[in-house]
Amino acid sequence: MTQKSPYPYWFFLPAAVIFLGLFIVPTVASFYFSLTYWDPFEARFAGWDNYVQFFSEPFLIRGTLNTLFFAFVTSVLKTILGLLLAVLLTSGIFGQSFLRSVVFFPVLVSTIGVGILFQELMHPTEGAINVALAAIGIDGPGWLTNPSLALFSVALVDVWRGVGLATLIYIAGLSTIPNDYYEAARIDGATRWQLFWRVTVPLVWPATTTVIILSLIGGLRLFDLVWAMTRGGPGFSSDVLASVIYKQYQAGFWGLSTAGNVILFLLIALIVAPLAWWLNSKELDA
Amino acid sequence: MRRGQLFGGIAALAIATVVFILPFLFVFLNAAKSPSEASQPSFAWPSEWQFWQNLVDVVQVRDYALLLAYFNSIVITVGAIALLVIFAAMVGYVLQRRPSRVSRVVGFVALTGLMIPPAVVPTIWLLQEIGLFKTLHGMVLIQVAYGLSFCILLFRAFVASIPRDLDEAAIVDGATPLQVFFRVILPLLKPVTLTVIVVQSITIFNDFTHPLYYLPGSENITVQLTLYNFQSQFTSQLNLLFMNILLITIPPLLVFIFFNRQIVSGMTSGAVKG
Repeated sequence: MTQKSPYPYWFFLPAAVIFLGLFIVPTVASFYFSLTYWDPFEARFAGWDNYVQFFSEPFLIRGTLNTLFFAFVTSVLKTILGLLLAVLLTSGIFGQSFLRSVVFFPVLVSTIGVGILFQELMHPTEGAINVALAAIGIDGPGWLTNPSLALFSVALVDVWRGVGLATLIYIAGLSTIPNDYYEAARIDGATRWQLFWRVTVPLVWPATTTVIILSLIGGLRLFDLVWAMTRGGPGFSSDVLASVIYKQYQAGFWGLSTAGNVILFLLIALIVAPLAWWLNSKELDA
Repeated sequence: MRRGQLFGGIAALAIATVVFILPFLFVFLNAAKSPSEASQPSFAWPSEWQFWQNLVDVVQVRDYALLLAYFNSIVITVGAIALLVIFAAMVGYVLQRRPSRVSRVVGFVALTGLMIPPAVVPTIWLLQEIGLFKTLHGMVLIQVAYGLSFCILLFRAFVASIPRDLDEAAIVDGATPLQVFFRVILPLLKPVTLTVIVVQSITIFNDFTHPLYYLPGSENITVQLTLYNFQSQFTSQLNLLFMNILLITIPPLLVFIFFNRQIVSGMTSGAVKG
């Protein structure tokens, strides 16, 4: 027998029991249950029926497409706005540290609270946003009542709530860029525009990778904000996978709900894993 | 400070005020109005301030449901964090100190927790089977399971900065692995432990989705659920709804004011390749 390590593996045990028992086991079980007709009373094998239903019912297809749209829009906006805000808030402007706090604070506020607040602000006739728009002569849209706009409005609120985190991550990334690089480029006669594209963007790439990956995972999984603001409505126009999963669970279609869960898992795995690999490889070139 | 920075700063302050501060002012103003005035919430100043009255009213709704919710949320948050800190620190410590195939596998499995969405209905089924569904301690264990990955990552990174000589000296003196961990390592982990506590307490306190699934029942209400339950009941009393938002925003606000540095370091970990 070899000498006992002073760093025994049984230190993993308490965490492993909880993590495997309450996270990994249900995840593995979900693959089986997604192939069953499952309700609170029994589970009967159903083959691929749930998946077939998921890709043939228009409102379920809509939920999947909405999820992709939502994740894409919020990630792009958070990445771009986050970088611009971070550059602004590291440039030494007046009120810088106060502004950083202001931009970041919504990240820490209750999502349901934010949802209810913007539901009121986005009211089509009495909401403060449209009242303000009317004052300057613009006829504001029905942000949450227009089916083709509702999901986008929720996405905007999600950006409002989450851009502070992206900004924070970018500020941390920017602080690692040595000032010498800017000095050298400036001596070579680089314009501010060139400094941004040739120095800042490539050197802050690790932060970009983090922001994109975090935003995508968060966007694909989002539930609470949609639920607080629209419940997936009007109709099914702003349903995302996570709200479909909840609705089907509530309706007692546990098998269908679990199939939605597996689809969400596969979407995240198929999008995020290759993307993370690709973004990291770009980092080496930069 | 150059003039450009001053004017740029003032312009940025003005925009930030409109975009980020006015919404909070909106909550505050409407939380102080009478029900009839708040029925069409706006930025109008309350004609008479009934802030205290609304606060008392919202606390009394549904037999002091808000107080019960605060109690439940605090029990869940404190319980989960106590377990998270100890268990995640143990894993992070051994993962960092003992590079091996086993550690690589454990590290990879732990990482999956950051990405995979929890399989909710099978989890409910499992919790029912083991008698933890609709229980506070079940909810505590769920929050531990969902928070472990993030905490392990933070602890593992921090352990790397603690010199190995310290544990070796203790081992030579005849300390058992548990003694080394609890007497030598854990006290040195204080900075990262504080970060973990701050970030996780906000995450768990603000969690809406998981209590919604795993902790139904009016006796199990948590703070985020009060808002959700009152949303339908308070359609004619939006002043109370806004007061409720205000009341459950205060704990994160306090944490933010006092632990800004920990929040920043916890939430940006991974942004900078180390």
